[in-house]
Amino acid sequence: MPSRTSSWFSSPAEAVTRLGDVGYLADDSTALTSYLAGALEKPVLIEGPAGVGKTELAKAITRATGAELVRLQCYEGLDEARALYEWNYKKQLLRIQAANDGQAWEETHDDIFSEEFLLTRPLLTAIRREEPTVLLIDEVDKTDVEVEGLLLEVLSDFQVTIPELGTMTSTRRPLVVLTSNATRELSEALKRRCLYLHLDYPDADREREIVLSQVPGLDDKVARQLVSVVGRLRELELKKAPSIAESVDWARTLIALEITDLSDKAVADTLGVVLKHSSDVDRAVRELRLKR
Amino acid sequence: MTLLDRHIEFLDALRGAGLPVSLSEGLDAVTALGLIGWTDRQQVKEAYAATLVKRANQRATFDGLFELYFPRMVGSGMTPSLTGEAAAAGVAKDGPEALEEFSSRLAEALEADDVEMLRQLAAEAVARFGAMPGRGPGLSSWSSYTALRRLSTDELTARLIEGLQQGGWTEEEAARVGTRRMDRFAGLVEADARRRIAEEKGPEQIAKIAVRPTIEKLDFLHARRADLEALRREIYPLARRLATRLTQEHHARRRGAVDLRRTLRSSMSTGGVPVDLRFRPKRPHRTELVILCDVSGSVSNFATFTLMLVFALREQFGKVRAFTFVDEIHEVTSYFKPGADLVDTMTELTKATEHAARMGRTNYGRAFSLFQERHADALGPKSSLLILGDARSNYSDLAVDSLRAMADAARHSHWLNPEVRTQWDTGDSEATRYGSIIDMRECRNLTQLSEFVHDLA
Repeated sequence: MPSRTSSWFSSPAEAVTRLGDVGYLADDSTALTSYLAGALEKPVLIEGPAGVGKTELAKAITRATGAELVRLQCYEGLDEARALYEWNYKKQLLRIQAANDGQAWEETHDDIFSEEFLLTRPLLTAIRREEPTVLLIDEVDKTDVEVEGLLLEVLSDFQVTIPELGTMTSTRRPLVVLTSNATRELSEALKRRCLYLHLDYPDADREREIVLSQVPGLDDKVARQLVSVVGRLRELELKKAPSIAESVDWARTLIALEITDLSDKAVADTLGVVLKHSSDVDRAVRELRLKR
Repeated sequence: MTLLDRHIEFLDALRGAGLPVSLSEGLDAVTALGLIGWTDRQQVKEAYAATLVKRANQRATFDGLFELYFPRMVGSGMTPSLTGEAAAAGVAKDGPEALEEFSSRLAEALEADDVEMLRQLAAEAVARFGAMPGRGPGLSSWSSYTALRRLSTDELTARLIEGLQQGGWTEEEAARVGTRRMDRFAGLVEADARRRIAEEKGPEQIAKIAVRPTIEKLDFLHARRADLEALRREIYPLARRLATRLTQEHHARRRGAVDLRRTLRSSMSTGGVPVDLRFRPKRPHRTELVILCDVSGSVSNFATFTLMLVFALREQFGKVRAFTFVDEIHEVTSYFKPGADLVDTMTELTKATEHAARMGRTNYGRAFSLFQERHADALGPKSSLLILGDARSNYSDLAVDSLRAMADAARHSHWLNPEVRTQWDTGDSEATRYGSIIDMRECRNLTQLSEFVHDLA
């Protein structure tokens, strides 16, 4: 698909179709934000409960636009050396030891701080790529505040300065997607530079479509029952409401167990697939009047 | 008025409502709108939201203001049901029959949960039943209150719940869903009345008064029933956020004193020169908490929320003991089981209130004396004392000495008062006298509460 690699989406409607083609059913706001991200060349910050398809959206955009995905998984203690670049010290050391005695220090110095000894990490990789790239910065709320500062710098100019090599500017801006579970409030400065998308649980019809598209063998009637039960579970005040990913898991379970009718007993037997706290299970059994 | 003026006024109103909209975000919004055009209202709204609203809980405020500044329609719009259908059916604009006919259509839409239909009906309800004649032409106004009262919403809710039950829902579930749907319809009616008033008086006037604060800034003492539910839903995520923050901060200052043995051991590799200093890990200190909550009428919500939050964060504290009082003291620690369900715990706590009341009139003095008598052993040199209440003691004996003894026994003591500071010492409030013994803090909303709990742990 050479023509597709040339640009991102050309309109929100096109975003819906193309994301749909690769198996991601986007709603209006998702499609619009995906479109704007490409058109305005701004990063998108996606927040929402776990398992509503935040990471999946970035992957879907990658597939739909024929770009390549560069992923930076954030965690506590992530630093510049892991996110941006690092010098390959061991290789540099080898190079120095292997150099013959006649070589001047200047030459060696120029030699060991060259491309050959640079280890590019996700952020730098994404900036240096010439082809269309989606940069996924996953679970950005897990990092420390210092990394946020680093991201700010990279995301506003898309350039990185390496003292020994000079400034590297991106020839083609990557489309940046940041995801967050909101366990920590991100800084205003970072938020200001991003478009914001809050993904939430979908409505019943859309969820049924998602489940059916992900689990092909599922009977339409069972899907309807399943989505309605999940919807009712989300209305209860649970510690962890079932996510879309869990609905899909549930559907797969039903297929595996060859359950063709989601009776109360079937629900009670398989509830553990969608609810992960024992108090939640108790509550659901009570509220949905299930017998155990 | 040009489109640009409207845009700028809208941004102003958002800032007024507490959304930090920066200049660059405003420019982003304009660029985005330049790309998608003004043809589709929903897309305009989403484009504004994507560029300006950066926090999920601000979305409600944004939606409210967007409806005011970019209304769905002008006046009654071109809804056929209002002019055509009603006229064709020969029903008057208002009157018993009109009400009857309208109610049945509303009941249908509520049961089907048809959002678009409900929105139209809300507009119709305000147009037909919510008009308030003004003192002169052009001075008329709209009232959602009148419209909703005329429709006798309670009856409709009862009917809806019955209908849902027949549709296979359990009783409690039907009741909850039914009430929620009705609340939403009431919200739509209110929004429509606001839209009409804004149209006549200009949106700035309405924007200032009609937009409610976000859930984090909401006053505990002014929370409505729907707000309480929303607040309860916030507890668990809030506790999780706080726990993450505490753990991170704890890790940041994990380093303790120099570990001499390990430093010397590692100096072997550098020929006895201690190049790398090794440190002993810091022992985590855990605060032991003793909480006393006033659970009488107005402040009980505040007390319960604080208790729930503290217990949701239980692993951050060493040991927690909780007592509630009105004029009797009652220990409630046992109600908080690890991993228990929030709603159940709340219900049990509310039930337990009766153990804390004898006469039913708040009496801080008596509660403190009784605490000293029966539970004095709960306080020790490791424990922090936390008192929750508005310090309104019905002019009774204050038992200042008991409180002083309690404060002395504990390592730290704090008092959280859910009232606005300006109301302290008015009427029977003894804020200053108690405040002179125990440091008293104002704590009116979730933001203040979470800050306090964070500092405590």
